[in-house]
Amino acid sequence: MSVGDPIAAFRLEAADLLAVTEQALLDLTHDLGSRELIDTVFRGLHTLKGSGAMFGFDALAGFTHHCETAFDRVRKGSVPATQELVSVVLAALDHMQALLGDDCDTPALTAAGDAILARLQAALGEQAQAAANATQDLAQDDAVLRNGDAEAAEGWRITFYLPPDTLVNGTNPLLLLDELRALGAAQVTALTDRIPPLGTLEPGQCHIGWQVELHGDVSRAEIEDVFIFVMDDMELTIAPLTPEPAAASAAPEAVTGSVAATEPAAAAAAAATSEPARNRAAATPAAESVRVPAERLDVLMDRVGELVIVQSRLAQLAHGGVHDTAGELALRSVAEEIERLASELRDTIMVLRMVPISSLFGRFRRLVHDLARETGKTIELITEGESTELDKTVSERLADPIVHLIRNACDHGLETPEDRAAAGKPATGRVELVAEQSGGEVLITIRDDGRGINRARVRAKAEANGLIQPGQPLTDSELLHLIFAPGFSTAAQVTNLSGRGVGMDVVKRTIEGLRGAIDIISDEGRGSTITLRIPLTLAIIEGLLVRVGDARYVIPLAAVEECIELSLEDDLRSRGRSMITLRDQLVPYLRLRELFATGTRPDQFQKIVVIATGGERVGLVVDQIIGSHQTVIKSMSGVHRGITSFSGATILGDGGVALILDVAQLVALGQHQEERLRAAG
Amino acid sequence: MTNPTHTAWDDAGQLEVLSFSIGEERLAVEAMMIREILDMLPQTRVPGAAPLVDSVVNFRGKIIPIADLRIAFGMPVEEATLDSRIVVIETAIDGELTTIGLYTDKVHEVATLDQGDSSEPPAVGVRWRRDYVREFVRQQDGVTILPDLDAIFSSFVSNSTSVSNTTSPSTH
Repeated sequence: MSVGDPIAAFRLEAADLLAVTEQALLDLTHDLGSRELIDTVFRGLHTLKGSGAMFGFDALAGFTHHCETAFDRVRKGSVPATQELVSVVLAALDHMQALLGDDCDTPALTAAGDAILARLQAALGEQAQAAANATQDLAQDDAVLRNGDAEAAEGWRITFYLPPDTLVNGTNPLLLLDELRALGAAQVTALTDRIPPLGTLEPGQCHIGWQVELHGDVSRAEIEDVFIFVMDDMELTIAPLTPEPAAASAAPEAVTGSVAATEPAAAAAAAATSEPARNRAAATPAAESVRVPAERLDVLMDRVGELVIVQSRLAQLAHGGVHDTAGELALRSVAEEIERLASELRDTIMVLRMVPISSLFGRFRRLVHDLARETGKTIELITEGESTELDKTVSERLADPIVHLIRNACDHGLETPEDRAAAGKPATGRVELVAEQSGGEVLITIRDDGRGINRARVRAKAEANGLIQPGQPLTDSELLHLIFAPGFSTAAQVTNLSGRGVGMDVVKRTIEGLRGAIDIISDEGRGSTITLRIPLTLAIIEGLLVRVGDARYVIPLAAVEECIELSLEDDLRSRGRSMITLRDQLVPYLRLRELFATGTRPDQFQKIVVIATGGERVGLVVDQIIGSHQTVIKSMSGVHRGITSFSGATILGDGGVALILDVAQLVALGQHQEERLRAAG
Repeated sequence: MTNPTHTAWDDAGQLEVLSFSIGEERLAVEAMMIREILDMLPQTRVPGAAPLVDSVVNFRGKIIPIADLRIAFGMPVEEATLDSRIVVIETAIDGELTTIGLYTDKVHEVATLDQGDSSEPPAVGVRWRRDYVREFVRQQDGVTILPDLDAIFSSFVSNSTSVSNTTSPSTH
C-alpha cells in the first residue's frame, strides 16, 4: 500500500484500531472478567493515543488518554470492568472517530467529549471506595479541567517522577523541562527524596523527581502534551497554583459535585451520541484503499512477468515476419499463451478486488448491541459465513441496506420480552446474519425469530396509501414485496429507530442497482427471512451468447439452468399459452423474438434457455445458442437507462455489441405473464 | 420543456461548425462538440428504446448510442450509403455528459457561419417542431439548420418506454 499522506495512513490505521477495540469491548460485555480482552482494549487505546499524538491529533490523544487510564486501572485490578464502563468506552470510541475528522475542535464536539469523560468518571466512581485515591485523582483532574481556565491564569505546580529506566529508554528529562519552560516562566526544583543510599544506587537509573512552578496562562492540556509519550509510566501531578490546601481538600467534593452537575449533560450527550453511533455503520466513509494479501500480489507479479516474456517473443516474431509454417506455429503458440495469461490475469485481478464479508459484518454487532439497549429487548446476533468474499465495491454498497434490514428486524420483527414469553418463545430474540456463495451469487440472509409480517396490516396500509386497489388480488409474494414499495412503512407507531423516511424502497433500489434481488419469506408469529442475492462481481461474468433474429444477446450463465429444444409440436400446442412442462412442472416462457419485435421469421429449430432466480423459472425462446462467452460488462449510456430488460452491454470478438439480458426483470415478466394467463383461466 | 438553447456566437458574430446532410436538409453543429467522424459501424438495435436512439455501437470499447435525427425531423429512414458517416459528439443529456453518435447521410466541411445571416425559424411553413430548431443560417447554396440537440434529446429520451411495458401480440 503506497500511501503518500501519513495523515491518511494514520486515519486508516486508527479506523482499524477502533474496530478491533470495539469488537473486544463487545466481547467483554459477555465476559467481563476476561483479562485477554481487557488487555486488547488497553493496547488498542494505548496505541491510538500514542500514534494520535505523533500525527498531531492532540485532541484525540488527550481524550483517549482518559479512557486508557481507566482501562489501565481495570487491567491492574484496582477497578472492576462493569457493563456501564464498557458502554461509556464504546461511546468514547464513537467520539474518537469524530475526533479523527477534519474539524475536531468544534465546541459541540468538545462538550460531547467532556460529557463522555464525566460519564467515564461516574462509571469509575461507582467503585470509588475500592480505589478512592485513584478515582479522586481522576476526578480532580476532571474538576480542574472543568473550571481550570480561571485558575490556569495563575499557573500550575507540576510534580513528576520519571520511571527508573527512563534514561535507558532514551527519554531525556532535560528536553521535557525545556518544553515546560517554553510554556511560561518556570521555576524548577529537583526532588531528591527518592534517591537511594549510595550503596544501592544504580548509576543508569533516574531517581530524581522534579517540581516545576509554571506561571502564566497555560492550559492543563498543554502541560499534558509535554508528557504525552511518557505519561503512562510516570507519576505526574498537575495542580493549580492556588493556596495550597484548597486543592487537596476540595478534591473529594469535586467527585460528587462534578458527577452530579454533569449527570444531565451526560444524559443529553448520550442521547446525542447514540444516534451517530447507530448511523455510524452507514456513515463511515468508504475507505479508498484496499488491503491485499501479499501472496495474491505475488501471483499477479508472476503473471505480469510471463506477459512481458511473451510480449518480447511476439515483438521478435513481428520483427522477423512470418514466412513459413514454423513461423505460423510460433505465432499461434504466442497467441495461445497470451490468451491463457489474459484469462489468468483477469481471474487474479478479480480476486484482488474481493474482500471477506467479515469486514462488513463486524460493524453490525455494535449496531445490535446499541439497538438492544435502546429497545430494552435482549437480542442475540448470530453471524455465519464471514469468510465469504465479495467484490469490494459491492460490499461497501451493501452496508446501508443491511443496516436498515437489521434495524427493521430488531425494531419491528422482534417482540418485547413479555410478548415473547406470552408466545412461548425464549426471552432472547435471535437475529441471524448469514452469507454464503451460491453459483455466481452471494446470498445474504437476515433472519429473525420475531412476530413475522402481518399480511392484513400490510394490505390495509397499502390500500390506505393507494399502492393497491381495495380488494385487489395479490399473490403472497407480491403482498410481501409491497413493503419495499416507495412510501410504505408498516410501523404504525414511528419509533426512534426506524420509520424515519429512509425506507425499504431505498434498500430495494440499492440492491437492484447492484444487479441483485431480494427474496422475502415470512411466517406470521415465527419470524421473517429476507435474502439478498448479490452478483459476485460487477465487472466480468460468464455469459451464454444467443441469437434472436439477427441480433446477439448474452444471458448470464449463472442464471441458466438448462437449454432444451422447442419442438414443433410444443410450439404449435403452446400457442397462446406459452408454457412447457419441464419434469412435471409448468414453466412459462417468453418468445424473445416477439418481445424484442425483431420482425424476423423464427428459425426452424428454436431453443429454450431456462433461467432461474430465487426459485422461479422462466424459459426464453431464442433462435440459436452460440456458446459461452466471457462477458466484460459495459454500462449502457444514460439515454438507455430506462430500459429494464437489459443490465448492460458487452463487446464481442468481432467488435460488435451484444446486450446483456437482465434475468430478474425477465423472470418477473414471465411470472407476470403466467399469472395473467392463469387469471384468464 | 427545456429552455431553448442559445447559440454561442463569438465576439465577431461568427461560429465554427461542422455541416452535414440528413435527408434533403443541411444541418450544422458546433465544431467544439465534435469528437470524431466515423465510417458506419455495425449497429446493435436496443429493443424498447426510443426510436431516435434505438441502437448502439462499439466506439473504442465504449458503448455509445446512435441518434438518428431523421426521426426527429420526420424524414423517411433510408439505407445507409457509401457517404454515410457517424459524427460522434459530446453533449449534456439530462444534465449528464454523454458521448453520442449522430447518423448523417454526408459530412460536408467545417465552416464558419455569420450571425448576420442567421434568423429565427419562421413561425409558419416549417414541417418540424419549432423548438427542435435554434436558427436558420442563409448561405450561398441554401439554408443551414442549427438543430437544438438538447431539446430533441430531452423530449425523446424522457419519452422512452421500457420493453417490459409493451405487451407483445401473440402472432406467428
